[in-house]
Amino acid sequence: MGSIMGILGRRLLLVIPVMWAVVTLVFVLLHLVPGDPVLAFLGETATPEQVAEMRHRFGLDRPLLEQYANYWKQVLRGDLGVTFVDRRPVAEKIRSRYPATLQLAVAALLVAVLIAIPLGVTAARHHGGVRDAVASVMALLGIALPNFALGPLLILLFSVKLRLLPPSGFGDPAHLILPALTLGAALAAILTRLVRTSVLEELHQDYVKTARAKGLDERTVLYRHVLRNGLIPVVTIVGLQFGVLLGGAIITERIFNWPGIGTLTIEAIAARDYPLVQGCLLVIALTYIVVNTATDLLYRVLDPRIKVE
Amino acid sequence: MGWTGKIGWILVIGLLLVALWAPRLAPHDIQAQDLAARLQPPSRAHPMGRDEFGRDVLSRLLYGARVSLRVGLLVVAICASVGTLIGALAGYYGGWTDRFISGFLFNTFLAFPGILLALAMIAFLGPSVNHLILALSIIGWVSYARLIRGQVLKVKELDFVQAARAIGASDARILLRHILPNVVQPLIVQATLGVAGAVLAEASLSFLGLGVQEPMPSWGKMLDSGRAYLTTAPHLVLFPGLAIAVTVLAFNLAGDGMNEWLNPQRPRPPS
Repeated sequence: MGSIMGILGRRLLLVIPVMWAVVTLVFVLLHLVPGDPVLAFLGETATPEQVAEMRHRFGLDRPLLEQYANYWKQVLRGDLGVTFVDRRPVAEKIRSRYPATLQLAVAALLVAVLIAIPLGVTAARHHGGVRDAVASVMALLGIALPNFALGPLLILLFSVKLRLLPPSGFGDPAHLILPALTLGAALAAILTRLVRTSVLEELHQDYVKTARAKGLDERTVLYRHVLRNGLIPVVTIVGLQFGVLLGGAIITERIFNWPGIGTLTIEAIAARDYPLVQGCLLVIALTYIVVNTATDLLYRVLDPRIKVE
Repeated sequence: MGWTGKIGWILVIGLLLVALWAPRLAPHDIQAQDLAARLQPPSRAHPMGRDEFGRDVLSRLLYGARVSLRVGLLVVAICASVGTLIGALAGYYGGWTDRFISGFLFNTFLAFPGILLALAMIAFLGPSVNHLILALSIIGWVSYARLIRGQVLKVKELDFVQAARAIGASDARILLRHILPNVVQPLIVQATLGVAGAVLAEASLSFLGLGVQEPMPSWGKMLDSGRAYLTTAPHLVLFPGLAIAVTVLAFNLAGDGMNEWLNPQRPRPPS
């Protein structure tokens, strides 16, 4: 147990410099705006007094180092400042949109896993056969077809032609199906390839021969022995891909008018509401770091053979 | 090379030629509007129909290939050069250099979902093709640097490198003449797969309105504006979607084929 706590501690220590870099980067971004963020927001018609008032109000007239220190103080308190547009707390806006994005990302993850495991296992079991080829083609399509092309095509098929599912909206489970499929398709494709390779490798191991020699039926061999080992790399990729899902959610949310943090980010960018953009970026990046760290730890618990460096 | 790899390369060469000859191949002016004929379905004169301003979709698609491939190739060239340099330094010198580069830089850059960092930079810098290339290069170099670092770590222990060092060759000479030529194969594979990723990223950002700006046509942007006419003019979504899918598929197949051909034993590098 002691060693597990040690691993945990060391892994968490590694997160600190990364968190520092992310917060610093998000702070620096605001100062990359050509000219001045306040001027960019207010537009050319703003009077010098208006610009000065707003710069003062948002602390942008302070020396850069002081702004940086203040930003850190705010972030550590969980305060992400107020928006340019309606001067309401950024954290409040994000809190109201965050659950929708999480719901979409988790649903997409489920869709991906539910498609990939049976498809990958079938492809591996029938290696070189027709089912393997079909699975490979589906995986390739999933990788090549971007979600912003897949989403409208799914709407065209299921909402416009077949009238089975709503094209957009939020609330009941029916609204979740198309966005989750759109967002999960690429991950399903990557996972299918991974499950296939991983299961194929495991099928050639000695313990599989032993299990078969003991007279176990093929289902038990596959699901009790092979999958348990074969799924270890899959867990890592699922965790690492969660961040990609968060990134992809921005696009998927836009296609389906999903009221998540992705739509909020795009709205904020369009309105040049820079504090809100900063807040959204910070929250998405921190979620990503937390999920990645958790995946890494889970991976080590699942496979005790992995040693700490 | 397997047949899928060959198909991939044929498609890649075809796409490059289309991009190169777009002005000659395009049947119509990409700016010419005809509001009376807006959203027209495919016809003999306009094989891919017309868009919401009555512009010829095929011509815009051909010009879109220019933008996509230019961004894709430029981003990969920048990422591969910067990544090779940084990865080689980390792998060759080891110690603190390596700890800073692979321990801190890699982790920090990988801590952001790539597309999000690019989106963030463009959101603050303002949308343009140059900012797009810059943003995609900043997020893209890490995977090349990781690859090269790993390769250099392996190669630098081999006898011929030790021999070169023993006869007093300089670090620069050892790296350039002895190590780099031996790590270039996986780099080519990664770069080919990387073009697919960059094309996809450009299309995604243009779809969000943060990439290529009017009047330049871009597949991502065409898809975005076509969405509003999904029920009346599905060709506006179908053709750009197809163009992106074929391009991404082509570079993926070509990269996989190349990998298979260069190292029949080795699995595909992580993209």
